Amino acid sequence: MIRKPQDINESTPWQEMTIGGEIPGAATSVATMTGEWRSNRPVYIPQNCKQCLLCAPFCPDSSIPVKEGKRLGFDYDHCKGCGICYRICPFSAIDFVKEGEQS
Amino acid sequence: MAYNHKKELSKPERFAPGHRLCSGCGAGILCRAMTRALDEEDQAVIVNATGCLEVSSFLYPYTAWTDSYIHGAFENASAIGSGVEAAIKMKQKKGELDANVKILVIGGDGGTYDIGFQSLSGAMERGTDLTYFCYDNEAYMNTGIQRSSSTPRFANATTTPAGKVSTGKVQNKKDLTQIMAAHGIPYVAQTTYIGNLRDLHEKANRAIYTPGPAFVNVMSPCPRGWQYPTEDLALICKMAVETCVWPMYEVIEGTWYLNYEPKNKLPVEEFMKLQGRFRHCFKPGNEWTIEEAQNYVDRKWEELLSKVN
Amino acid sequence: MSIKDRMSGNEAIAYAMKQIEPDVFAAFPITPSTEIPQYFAQYVADGKVSTEFVTVESEHSSMSACMGAQAAGCRAVTATSSAGLAFMYEMLYVVASARLPVTLACVNRALTGPININNDHSDSMGARDSGWIQLYAENNQEAYDNYLQAMRIAERPDVRLPIMICQDGFITSHAVENILLETDEKVKAFVGTYEPENYLLNPDMPLAVGPYDTCPYYMEHKVQQAQAMKNAKQAILDVAADFERTFGRRYGLIEEYCMEDAEAALVLIGSTAGTARACIDEMRREGKKVGLIKIRSFRPFPAEEIAKALSGVRAAAVMDKSEGFSGCGGPVYAETCAACITLPKVPKLIDVVYGLGGRDCRMEDIRRVYDHLYEILETGETGPVYLHMGQRSNEKEVL
Repeated sequence: MIRKPQDINESTPWQEMTIGGEIPGAATSVATMTGEWRSNRPVYIPQNCKQCLLCAPFCPDSSIPVKEGKRLGFDYDHCKGCGICYRICPFSAIDFVKEGEQS
Repeated sequence: MAYNHKKELSKPERFAPGHRLCSGCGAGILCRAMTRALDEEDQAVIVNATGCLEVSSFLYPYTAWTDSYIHGAFENASAIGSGVEAAIKMKQKKGELDANVKILVIGGDGGTYDIGFQSLSGAMERGTDLTYFCYDNEAYMNTGIQRSSSTPRFANATTTPAGKVSTGKVQNKKDLTQIMAAHGIPYVAQTTYIGNLRDLHEKANRAIYTPGPAFVNVMSPCPRGWQYPTEDLALICKMAVETCVWPMYEVIEGTWYLNYEPKNKLPVEEFMKLQGRFRHCFKPGNEWTIEEAQNYVDRKWEELLSKVN
Repeated sequence: MSIKDRMSGNEAIAYAMKQIEPDVFAAFPITPSTEIPQYFAQYVADGKVSTEFVTVESEHSSMSACMGAQAAGCRAVTATSSAGLAFMYEMLYVVASARLPVTLACVNRALTGPININNDHSDSMGARDSGWIQLYAENNQEAYDNYLQAMRIAERPDVRLPIMICQDGFITSHAVENILLETDEKVKAFVGTYEPENYLLNPDMPLAVGPYDTCPYYMEHKVQQAQAMKNAKQAILDVAADFERTFGRRYGLIEEYCMEDAEAALVLIGSTAGTARACIDEMRREGKKVGLIKIRSFRPFPAEEIAKALSGVRAAAVMDKSEGFSGCGGPVYAETCAACITLPKVPKLIDVVYGLGGRDCRMEDIRRVYDHLYEILETGETGPVYLHMGQRSNEKEVL
């Protein structure tokens, strides 16, 4: 019985893996917590934010979710801490700190 | 329709997080932008050449794509795209496909300028209805920053290292955008990550919805290869445009349009000095390299202006 | 009722393609397979088929386009020879590992260098480990019949492997011979439609194809692929049985001729079988117990069937129409020897590399091989096992 993509892992027997490495489905990558890579962390400061949304499209990791025209908090499960958003923000609404330190 | 930034950014994300591109990689920005440029209701098939993006965005069993995706090899993304196009036509003929399906091909400069050039040229000549996006980071980054035909002159790459008797790459960058324009295809554009990415969005959207082949060349910085702090990506892109190292233009049905002309064209070192790959150019005795780089940019810029005027 | 006609092997393949009407045909010309896309282009031009005909700029791209089309949910086909197949090698592996049942008509021709346009098997033999099913034809009829069976075998869910339908360049591809054709309706009904479970254009479920497969997964996918090739054996037999019921012509993994009591036998592939049969008939009249095993399926390799067929034989020559440059014999020889290792009494086995680059192999050449086998039987000495036949030489050659 072939497993669903989300149920395939490094202990799955060959008989249960998808054929030829194909993956029927979408966005199974969200299970990978790339936030663990982070050494620096962007910190959102909502009171400074003008919702200009300059930061959102520049995030290579789709980690600045936007809903109905407004950005939400960072997706720290996946944000790798590149700091592009921090440098782009014209309103000091994003701080950039060492992981583990306070803003 | 006028560009509405908030509306575009509020669309459901089509390039999911959890991919394994390096922190700050420009390719991730492009993947999001090009899929955002699709009409929400349209289906897409993403075709990807081997490279950083491929090994990062579809590492079994994790796909970062919400659209169908296919990767075959390094040099043949456009040919695979041709096959997908033929399948779309066939399924439409048979009445088995209702959705509007767009083909988005994406490769780095290795898979586009070099090893994939034949297949790209072939697909363009055949009039394949696909959009080819090149994330041009100016070297073979996946294998460890070796020079490509897109690497600019004087850049330090691992196969053209600067050394006691070397000032980095000897040859100038291949002008692929112009070569693609010479194919006489309906739409060719060059852009990078500038402003609020409206330019990229509009070009991607125009390319995708122009019937027939389209080519969009996107300068896409690589923090590791270009040796700069990850957070500086937007600044580097801005300097590429302000120095005219990477002009933003499009060629629509053979007519050339310049999309942005810097008020004060900045000297080329403003772009170069931000990146470690040009560090050796700033050593005493190597002033000539910056002069030569400037001469080349000036010549190419004049050449471009003569086409758009 | 079958229709009597006459045509070349290339036309027979093109005709089968016309009857099947695959969704996509991606083509780049190379001698001697060029006629296949040419015939087909005319069918397209005359509106006889609705196939999307993609005239790519290279063989690498024709296989790549086939990959894209097949993954998108369509039946994709191509045709090639020699250096064209070599140019596809990378994609042969990719298509097989992605488990896409693409169909390739291979018109066997010598591999360049130096350039030579005539027949041998060095092109497809080089691709033998690429994960493709390989069926070989002796003549135009078999080329046609194999092609009609190809997709049924390849597309079976427990197989899902690409398939190569091989015929000898010029000898079969260009020689016009009598042939029995089947009606379009019967062919279409026999071949059926392609119904993949997942495909790129499925509106209900996106599909990702061609991952980066890391160490914890790669080996499992290869074992799946190996299992599929094992399953292909039964698929070939099942489809052949249905073919026989439908059209009356019989096929298997191998074809035996006069093997029941044979003491000396040949093992070979392709058009040489006709010459060998004529020689056998002649020698049988002289009372010589000679026989022939013609391999139809080289991938999967019918090891058990070949061993069984050789179990009563005392000496056999394996005829390799390609040089494997192993230093100890060609690929058909190596695999035949390996197959026979399980036999309680292994026959004396020699390899005869012959016919390279179109070097003719006549009845008297085949007879020399049988005579040599009898010499081995009479003296009890096998002598050298790795022989070439048909080359000029300053020395006295064994054959």
